[in-house]
Amino acid sequence: MTGTIRNRDTFLTEIATRLGREPKLNVQKPVWKHQPQRAVLKDASADELLEVLRNQCLQIHTDLIETKLADLPKTLAEAVKLYGGGPLSLWKDERFDKYGLTNLIENEWPAENIEVNSWDTTLGEKNIELAEQANIGITFSDMTLAESGTVVLLSSSDKGRSVSLLPTNYIAIIPKSTLVPRITQAADLIREKIDNGEQVPSCINFITGPSNSADIEMNLVIGVHGPVKAAYIIVNDC
Amino acid sequence: MAMKFSTKNFTDRTKDNISDDFMRKAVAGAQERLHGRRLDAAEELGNWEEWRSHGEEIRQHVLENLDFYLHQLSENVAERGGRVFFAKTAEEASVYIRDVVEKKEGKKVVKSKSMVTEEINLNSVLEEAGCEVIETDLGEYILQVDDHDPPSHIVAPALHKNRDQIRDVFAEKLDYNKTSKPEELALHAREKLRKEFLAADIGITGCNFAIAETGSISLVTNEGNARLVSALPKTQITVMGMERVVPSFEEFEVLVSLLTRSAVGQKLTSYVTALTGPRGEGDVDGPEEFHLVIVDNGRSEILGTEFQSVLQCIRCAACVNVCPVYRHIGGHSYGSIYSGPIGAVLSPLLGGYDDFKELPYASTLCGACTDACPVKIPLHELLHQHRQVIVEEEGRAPISERLAMKAFGIGASSNPLYSMGAKVASTAMRPLTKNDRISKGPGPLKEWTDLREFPAVGNQRFRDWFYDQKGGK
Ligand code: SF4
Repeated sequence: MTGTIRNRDTFLTEIATRLGREPKLNVQKPVWKHQPQRAVLKDASADELLEVLRNQCLQIHTDLIETKLADLPKTLAEAVKLYGGGPLSLWKDERFDKYGLTNLIENEWPAENIEVNSWDTTLGEKNIELAEQANIGITFSDMTLAESGTVVLLSSSDKGRSVSLLPTNYIAIIPKSTLVPRITQAADLIREKIDNGEQVPSCINFITGPSNSADIEMNLVIGVHGPVKAAYIIVNDC
Repeated sequence: MAMKFSTKNFTDRTKDNISDDFMRKAVAGAQERLHGRRLDAAEELGNWEEWRSHGEEIRQHVLENLDFYLHQLSENVAERGGRVFFAKTAEEASVYIRDVVEKKEGKKVVKSKSMVTEEINLNSVLEEAGCEVIETDLGEYILQVDDHDPPSHIVAPALHKNRDQIRDVFAEKLDYNKTSKPEELALHAREKLRKEFLAADIGITGCNFAIAETGSISLVTNEGNARLVSALPKTQITVMGMERVVPSFEEFEVLVSLLTRSAVGQKLTSYVTALTGPRGEGDVDGPEEFHLVIVDNGRSEILGTEFQSVLQCIRCAACVNVCPVYRHIGGHSYGSIYSGPIGAVLSPLLGGYDDFKELPYASTLCGACTDACPVKIPLHELLHQHRQVIVEEEGRAPISERLAMKAFGIGASSNPLYSMGAKVASTAMRPLTKNDRISKGPGPLKEWTDLREFPAVGNQRFRDWFYDQKGGK
């Protein structure tokens, strides 16, 4: 599906005229003189990045839980209890299986009467409703930025935007292998996708802790429009 | 709200605001907190100057090649199924948006914070067309519920209101019956607004940066309202000032880092969202239809002039948060939705000298704004430039500094704003001082000294003064 463009030519010609030249049809991005972003946590090991993330989580009002791969189902089950149980809203994501969570999702939670809803495109808008009613939304992190304590989520038809947004609480499962220094590496990831001829996802979210606002007398209120609480579960997979 | 929101003259506006004690304390407190946090965030990086230089070179390159990047942006938005509309004027923009809303039979519009939609007076246009328009940023929601009180700060729009006032407004307009605790007030707004998000047909957002190479737009918030606005309604309309474009994600990430650090002292805000086109095939959430409205509204006339660098602005409000005059008179005195140093430079350019000629005088030319700016806009020089244009080219009588300062309620001899020192002055002024008063000065201080004598600039620069005021921090 292609979109439309209206009024462009006169608009851009005016800009070129004001700049005192003909419209430009080709511009090469210069080699920037400064690249300070590349120096941040440049040679940090995975453990060092984890330490940075730990500290940053204290700043962003986010609980950080560390676990071994083998213990992940137990840890996640406990975290869900801690945040008040179901209903749960999950992405449809093969990583839940890869990280040994299928039994928890398909058997243990239902046996405990914890409602689990995995994103299912065939249900259409119902997904949004279910996410809205959910107590906890759970997703994996596609990339994790140590410096800022950010999980990067790439949306797709199975990975709805609503899961990390509409539930009252949000849990991100962070494989330690997804840790990178900062948002610079996320830009690099997107560059790689473009170079491979892939489209960028329709929605990329950089999420750093729970939603908050300081709009009333500069008082920090945690939990405004998005989740009220956020927790990261780090899985030691490397 | 159009850009100009007050018919009172500058002096009356300023008087009203200076007598508002809460407002003045709130502004001072907010300035200190935001400024302190920004410094921490900058210091932590260790090489903030290099970051600023990088921000500057990116923004300058984009402006020099703006037609190319907007062309590329529009191509890529269209390729992903979006509809791009270039609007020369405020009217063209708001009429186009109204037509889209009408065609979609939209009744309920949710909006996330956007200065440019204020600039094009969008809410009134949509309301006249029979739509309900709901601001969803907590600060803007408070202002809207309070009969469209104007914003007083570009990042924290309701800064001038205290919690009791907010409680009273909520009680009167929203059946609120709890206390004035910010948590309870915010929860009430959350519950009210969640219903609106779910029921809205149209979502309207601003755009912090658009990314030319991928045709993406980005939204930076802490509350998450912009995510809701762009995830739930069937139609999304994003409105951007034409200068808010960057070449690719590589530059985007640098500018976002500069923005969040400078605006709120955070490494990143809670939500930074990059959206490309309408929802993808098979997606359940996200808009079915996506419109991008690129607004000129006077910006192109700034290109190629001595004021071009003001278009580098990323609307972080760092300059506002260090400005001693803003601190004293508050945001409403500026009479423009853009307040503080950036407002004093930008408002006359976009809105004309007729309405905003005093604003360039609402400055001590101390240079704190320039030092704070993450993209190195020489704000105080541009303010000075405005004064020259007003005097020379516009053929208007110069506005007396003394009168302007009197309007701020600042006594000529007793005020700390003068003695803290103008940056321009602290290097250029020494030899001209006699007995610690300056009588004649060249360059930037000419109009000042032509009109009045004023205390010489102390050795203490504004920054130092500011810390002293903060208690030695
Ligand atoms: S002028 Fe500079 S400091 Fe002021 S809002 Fe714009 S970018 Fe920020």
